[in-house]
Amino acid sequence: MLPRAAGLGLLLLGLGALPLVLSNPTYTSIAIFTLIYMTAATSWNTFAGYSGYIPLGHVVFFGSGAYTLAVAAQDWHLVGGYGMFLLIPLAGLVAGLLALPFGLVALRTRRHTFVVITIAIMFIFQLLAFNLGVTNGSSGIQIPTPLWPAATFNDPFYYITLGILILAVATSWFVRRSRFGLQLLAIRDDEDRARGLGVRTGRVKLTAFVISAIPVGMVGAMYAYFIGQIFPQFAFDPLFDVSVALMVFFGGLGTVAGPLLGAVVLEPLQQYLTLQFSIGDLYLIIYGVVFLAVILLMPRGVVPSTRDWLRARRTGRPDAPEVEGDTDRAAEVAAHTGSPT
Amino acid sequence: MSALLEIDGVSKAYGGVQALSACSLDVAEGTITGLIGPNGSGKTTLFNVVTGYEHVNVGAVRYRGRAITNHAPDQVFKLGIGRTFQLTRIFARLTLMENMLVATQHHEGWARSMVRRGSSAGERRRALELLEFVGLAGHAGEAAGTLSYGQRKLLELAYVLIADPEVLLLDEPAGGINPSLIHYITERIRELNRQGRTFLVVEHNMEFVMGLCERVTVMHQGCVIVSGTPHEVRADPRVLDAYLGGADDEEEGAGAA
Ligand SMILES: Nc1ncnc2c1ncn2[C@@H]1O[C@H](COP(=O)(O)OP(=O)(O)OP(=O)(O)O)[C@@H](O)[C@H]1O
Ligand SMILES: [Mg+2]
Repeated sequence: MLPRAAGLGLLLLGLGALPLVLSNPTYTSIAIFTLIYMTAATSWNTFAGYSGYIPLGHVVFFGSGAYTLAVAAQDWHLVGGYGMFLLIPLAGLVAGLLALPFGLVALRTRRHTFVVITIAIMFIFQLLAFNLGVTNGSSGIQIPTPLWPAATFNDPFYYITLGILILAVATSWFVRRSRFGLQLLAIRDDEDRARGLGVRTGRVKLTAFVISAIPVGMVGAMYAYFIGQIFPQFAFDPLFDVSVALMVFFGGLGTVAGPLLGAVVLEPLQQYLTLQFSIGDLYLIIYGVVFLAVILLMPRGVVPSTRDWLRARRTGRPDAPEVEGDTDRAAEVAAHTGSPT
Repeated sequence: MSALLEIDGVSKAYGGVQALSACSLDVAEGTITGLIGPNGSGKTTLFNVVTGYEHVNVGAVRYRGRAITNHAPDQVFKLGIGRTFQLTRIFARLTLMENMLVATQHHEGWARSMVRRGSSAGERRRALELLEFVGLAGHAGEAAGTLSYGQRKLLELAYVLIADPEVLLLDEPAGGINPSLIHYITERIRELNRQGRTFLVVEHNMEFVMGLCERVTVMHQGCVIVSGTPHEVRADPRVLDAYLGGADDEEEGAGAA
């Protein structure tokens, strides 16, 4: 346990010192986008990784968070500055409230149907963002920019996003350790069986869905404020969920470290490719390749595969049994699960 | 006098197949009741109806005199009716210990489960005791998916027991299990029965049923045709008829006589 805590402390220290080392705003911008995706991937995984449901509509929470900040700043005539960050909890609240009806509808279905329903709801929200008066349609909303010195302009964004990330990781970790998390994992393995053991599956799933929406809404607001303007096609970009899901699958679905690793690897890569070649969509090709590679080589993701490999080396036993059970046991195990009579 | 569990005129059809037709059955408190019948006679369907996995429009299920017809599975379980499945259902990617803990939440509210740890020391101790009871304590930290078929049956029994159900519905606890393990399971059920638990056991293995149960009920084409002591049931010509004539897909367990 101690080395893990020490590792975590070091990581936090490193992340805290990063803007001091990377003074170039280009790099700190990339770091901020990476933190945003680390948070989104972690929160997405808090629902998807533990419950086994794969939602592809979390951009709804991202976009709603973004618009909450933009609209509030506009309507309340706020000026750029630290005060604007106070809107971030509000954005999280709005995302959480939207997740209730969203989840109530979508969670009536399972597996593929669930995925399709979340995509459909996402498009409904995108359509609304284009057409509702409050969002100012496709002309978007300008957000007041803070008058901070250029050299350290990015730092407040960086540190507050880091704070949201810590919140999301802590939530994910607590959920994993709680009775509630155990119930989610039981739902992942056999939902009907869990129900028959007294687990109130509907509530458990919905709660996890809402919990996973809140930090996504918060980083959505952060994204909007940092960019300084917001348009429907970026706030409700269908590729957001594809990226986030890929990051989680890359690192390891259902683990705490996996989504972090996935975002740390893939988001800077995307930013680099976009900056280097000025082709905004080049990353999609790379993502496609990465996705195929992960599915073929490490279907459970980097973190679980590496952990098992290390454990096997240490004990000298191939495929030592999983003790903590937080990694996805391979399909070979799942294949033995009984099906309902 | 009323039975602990009463099934009263329950009917259930799947399309054209009448899985249950006006099926009635009483289970007295403290007994081990056997439920036998040819394949497709509706035994599993009856379990599904009692435990809330299937809904019915006709008939009633009562537990301690209280109607529980069409209650949801979690509600039925909380009232004290636990079950196992014919095709065993365990949480394959969770460890045995985690499997054991799934059913422990039934004492607490939903908000509480959010903030508490996965388990208390007392719950883990109890879980280990029960794993010990079914002989799986040595595997507590392993993923349940690594267990053999028979061990899965034992784990499923153990994780239901942790919630302290008063009635246990076991669907073929001895099916596909080697003989020494069958003996072991028989002993476990007897011991639990001595502690006051009531059992309704579906099983094709006649030796197992006749040796374990005080009363045996025979189903055929969705109806109960005979109910009595093992001796009476064995001697009843209708039972032989049901097994030899009724079912399309006969199997070895039919050696009732
Ligand atoms: N979900 C379902 N959909 C359609 N038909 C079903 C379903 N479940 C059961 N049946 C049918 O209902 C009848 C009763 O099935 P049931 O599984 O209850 O029998 P059983 O007595 O448990 O048999 P076995 O001894 O083989 O387990 C069968 O004809 C079966 O095909
Ligand atoms: Mg059956």
